[in-house]
Amino acid sequence: MTQLPPAIHLASVSRHYVMGESVIRAVHEVSLSVPSGEFLALLGSSGSGKSTLLNLIAGLDRPSSGAVIAYGQDLSKMSSLELARYRRQAVGMVFQSFNLLPRMTLEENVELPLRLAEVDRSERAARVREALERVKLEKRIGHRPSELSGGEQQRTAIARALVNRPRILLADEPTGNLDSATGESILTLLREIQKNPGMTIVMVTHERTLAERFADRLAVMGDGKLVSNGAPR
Amino acid sequence: MKVRDLSDLAFRNLREAVLRNSLTTLGVAVGVASLVAMLSLGVGLQQLASSRLAKSGLFDSIFVTPKTNLRRPGGGPPATRTPDAKARPLDADARAEISRLPNVIEVYPQIRFFTEVRYDGKPFATMVAGMPESSKASGAFDGMQGSFFSSPNADEAILQAEFAKELDPQTTSLIGKDLVLRYAERQSLPAQPGDPAESSGGFSVVPKEKHLRIMGVVETEPASGFGGFGTGRLLIPLPLAETLRAAQVNDLRDILRDSSSDKPAYSSLTVRVKSPSLVENTEAKLKELGFSAFSLLDASKSLRIFFSVFDLLLGIFGSLALAVATLGIINTLVMAILERRREIGVLKALGAADRDVKELFFVEAGVMGLFGGMLGTLLGWLIGRSLTLGTNLYLHRQNLPGVDISSVPWWLVLGGIGFAVLVSLAAGLYPASRAARLDPVQALRYE
Repeated sequence: MTQLPPAIHLASVSRHYVMGESVIRAVHEVSLSVPSGEFLALLGSSGSGKSTLLNLIAGLDRPSSGAVIAYGQDLSKMSSLELARYRRQAVGMVFQSFNLLPRMTLEENVELPLRLAEVDRSERAARVREALERVKLEKRIGHRPSELSGGEQQRTAIARALVNRPRILLADEPTGNLDSATGESILTLLREIQKNPGMTIVMVTHERTLAERFADRLAVMGDGKLVSNGAPR
Repeated sequence: MKVRDLSDLAFRNLREAVLRNSLTTLGVAVGVASLVAMLSLGVGLQQLASSRLAKSGLFDSIFVTPKTNLRRPGGGPPATRTPDAKARPLDADARAEISRLPNVIEVYPQIRFFTEVRYDGKPFATMVAGMPESSKASGAFDGMQGSFFSSPNADEAILQAEFAKELDPQTTSLIGKDLVLRYAERQSLPAQPGDPAESSGGFSVVPKEKHLRIMGVVETEPASGFGGFGTGRLLIPLPLAETLRAAQVNDLRDILRDSSSDKPAYSSLTVRVKSPSLVENTEAKLKELGFSAFSLLDASKSLRIFFSVFDLLLGIFGSLALAVATLGIINTLVMAILERRREIGVLKALGAADRDVKELFFVEAGVMGLFGGMLGTLLGWLIGRSLTLGTNLYLHRQNLPGVDISSVPWWLVLGGIGFAVLVSLAAGLYPASRAARLDPVQALRYE
């Protein structure tokens, strides 16, 4: 059986911040491969560097050294315009605090990535509906985020992350603001999404039990370094 | 992002902080209004001055005289002036030739002569002046009592007010009445045998009478040319004056000068061209034809320079308010960046390029500029109108005719709006690039 090429490959990636005279090693010499179609959970206590690593994979930040390679392309060598295109086309992001725009309806929130990707207007309504149907919120299409529960807001954020049909879904503490039952339902949804051929998911979390139940593999970070990297069970 | 999506988002953002954005837009509007009002005043006053002057016929007229020498060459003591080879008489042929020049509207002689008028059986000595048809539009007959001549050849007269009072203190009662013009008609004499061939035969003067109907009374004679302002007290149509062939002041001088032609020669002609800008060119052509020509063009040039400086100063004062408005836009947009930091981070995470964020802020600034510009131009126009209204109320109380002191031409409307948009875009430059440079990781962390 031939090994699929990794969707994401990190080669000795470091991200250091200079604060006055001290250097903060948020991520230090991390090497990691995520095969296409895998659901990877990135665990660690707060300040361990897991969110910084996720931002590097998302192309929102650049490494101080090392290479971040997504589908064969080195993000550290991309211009800011190319990185924007990468975020638009290859990546979908979900955040702990949902980050929906409060004055827009669900439809408008989910449509936003399509506007940025200059998708034809005639196509947009169907794509938005399809994404909202996938998270079972098509009936709330005209509502504003404040009219929804936390779980519904996170599902909207997932719909927004999926609407541009990315190959990589990055989730930063997606259950952090939710009660455990709702958190579980969100992870069930992510697991379903992962069934799409080729969909790679990297989720940052500090909830080990949930991660063990839903993810294919756990990578544990501590003090900016990769501590362990292996199958959950 | 596509333009339509960009403007959709920009309008949405502007609506979300409607009070702050409206106040900023109002600031731009006030700035533009002050600029437009100042310039409309400048333009209006300039138009008023130039239309008054243009109507007077002073700046589109050229005064033509023959280039004859006072001494006959070879006659008397040694000539102090050499004969000009191009010198030629200013006769009917010359008049026809001049009137064929491009851009010439009309060519007319100045006809003025002393006369005796009989009205109500009493004699009155006065000066008659021939009025060309075009003098009707000169503004001097605006607000006259009665009416202008019914036709260019009508046996009609218009009286100057002072003279009219001599005839009858109740000047309005004069209109429609007849008077008798007694004048000296010039009749040419045939050349005497033995005279030098080039010499004309002189003329005799025969007393004649003409009945004229009084059509109106006017304050002053219009400035119909140079050298005879306000001296005509009995105005008659110029073609009529020409057919009278009345002996004029210059006739005696003319007969002493030689005249090789037996056609009547004019001592001077007034040439009117289509616009003051054509005066210089036509004046040069008239000189080429061999005549002396003179115009008041230089006076109108300095008038234009004065108004250019005037407009510039008004523009500078008007722009001060716009400069303040620019600071308002910068402030509003910088505040918006702080407020929308997280939103900018989300947009970037979703794939917005720096350029998209920059354009979004740019469009917001431009939209505020556009609305501010439109509102401001309207306000500026209203300010101009109210200044005109106030001035006219004052003039009306002084029993003076109304004037339009402000004017908002199309270029000022478009210029005002365009300038507001440009200034707003310039004001948006710094906030837009600051928003574009925002680090998405930092922005997303911002609460």
